Amino acid sequence: MSIWPYLLIAPTVLGSAYLLLYPLVRNLVISVQHFRLGELIRGGATFVGLDNYREALADPVFWAVVRRTLLFTVVNVVLIMVLSTLVALLLSALGKWLRLLVMGCLVLTWATPIIAATTVFQWLFQSRLGVVNWVLVQLGFEQFQDYTWFANGSSTFGILVALIVWQSVPFAALSLYSAMTTVPSELYESAKIDGAGSWRLFTSITFPILRPMFGLILSLEVIWVFKSFVQIWAISQGGPGDATTTLPVYAFQIAQSLNKYDLGAAVSMITVLLLVVVLLAYFRQMFKQEAEL
Amino acid sequence: MKWRRIPLTASALLVCVVAVFPVYWMVLTAFKPTKDIQAPTPTFWPTTVSFDHFATAVRASGFWLFWRNSLVVSLGGVLLALAVALLAAFAVARMRWKGRRAFILMVFVAQMTPWEALLIPMYVIARDTDMLDKLSMLTLIYFMITLPFTIVTLRGFLGAIPVDLEEAALVDGCTRFQAFRRIVFPLLAPGLMSTSLFGFITAWNEFAFANLLIIKNRDDRTLPVWLSSFSNTFGTDWGATMAASTLFMVPVLLVFLALQGRVTSGITAGAVKG
Repeated sequence: MSIWPYLLIAPTVLGSAYLLLYPLVRNLVISVQHFRLGELIRGGATFVGLDNYREALADPVFWAVVRRTLLFTVVNVVLIMVLSTLVALLLSALGKWLRLLVMGCLVLTWATPIIAATTVFQWLFQSRLGVVNWVLVQLGFEQFQDYTWFANGSSTFGILVALIVWQSVPFAALSLYSAMTTVPSELYESAKIDGAGSWRLFTSITFPILRPMFGLILSLEVIWVFKSFVQIWAISQGGPGDATTTLPVYAFQIAQSLNKYDLGAAVSMITVLLLVVVLLAYFRQMFKQEAEL
Repeated sequence: MKWRRIPLTASALLVCVVAVFPVYWMVLTAFKPTKDIQAPTPTFWPTTVSFDHFATAVRASGFWLFWRNSLVVSLGGVLLALAVALLAAFAVARMRWKGRRAFILMVFVAQMTPWEALLIPMYVIARDTDMLDKLSMLTLIYFMITLPFTIVTLRGFLGAIPVDLEEAALVDGCTRFQAFRRIVFPLLAPGLMSTSLFGFITAWNEFAFANLLIIKNRDDRTLPVWLSSFSNTFGTDWGATMAASTLFMVPVLLVFLALQGRVTSGITAGAVKG
């Protein structure tokens, strides 16, 4: 028994303790304190028990945000899963050159930095010179002449969904496709001889064999979409009104704009708790996959 | 059978167009002369190429400063993570010790940290320790964000290198450190390279912490934060905004090109989106 392995992991453990565990604990502590601007500057915060949680949970705005976050997550994740499955199936049906072309295009999307994508989407949907409005008007939808997408709650919500789906499909599709290549082709051939159509091939062979992979991607996407913050903050900061305020944005808003750090921390803790539920499902899938730990 | 390929090819092309169009439109707008951008009917092909917008973007106040800040913070965080992760990955992949399983589990959990939920305590901690408006705080955070992923992938690369090679070197009279430096390290270099490039992308793109922790000292901002406030810098000059976005994307694209094999083989660890 040597001391070496412990020395080797010491920097990792120390770093995580200070930069990960400590912030998490600090968040928990702030969430049970009275911690506003005064306490931030002067210190000396007092403990108030679960008051912040009570205040957050009693606020109808909080529940509206929770409902909106769930809607946002469900709409995004369903679209991402359906579209990336279709794209993955498409990739496996294509010939070599066309497949490489599509994969190249997907990688380009995947490589686009979030902030570059948010500026581009604002430009695409710009009211007067944006190309989307021009195309819609050309197609005969005259009402889109100079339409201001970002002044309307639902259209901003829609653009954010389009942006997140556009950014998320490449990763999911490429992962599903590379999993599909591991399914032995003999299975498909014998099923085809038995007269199975493409839908039958997918439901009886591809999906059952790749169920763990689908589960893994599904839980990753749920986590990523649920906690997405940058896209929303960069495009709408949760607005107009609170049409695009999801839980992470809400927590940040009440902490930063209203200086209610205590309430923001409580909402963050609730967000983390909700995420942990999904994470547990994710880790169950992952450790089934990773036989040797 | 030929006619059956038509819908397939058509959907393949549709996927390509949807995937590429926003990026294409960004680059195209960046190269368009202003009068073409403001024309009532947009052109979808490059007719006249103009570099004016790139000149505007590069000459914008602080551009090179923010570029340098981003580079320093990303490289600093990634190199730190690489050094620390290499030690930990070696302990995990090459040694047997009590608590190893628990440690690996901790790394996997750390990889899924919802950083978006830790913005408030980070702000309070940075304020308390006088680290607000300091690039070193960002470097530390980027180190922590990339560290778990770096350990997981380096452990994978190390595990793929046969232990026999090292043992042979030890038999031939190398010390453990020499065996690592002469045998393992050269074999590990490609893995180190691709791991650090993924970490670099994550740090280069990071917005939430940079936006929160650099407030008063505007010279210490990073590119993503500057770019997100383009309407303050460029107003309604969309050409310059798109030129700046293009310049911001170029390093990331180069990294992806360098890594294309590994990217398409599907690294499921979720490295890029973090």
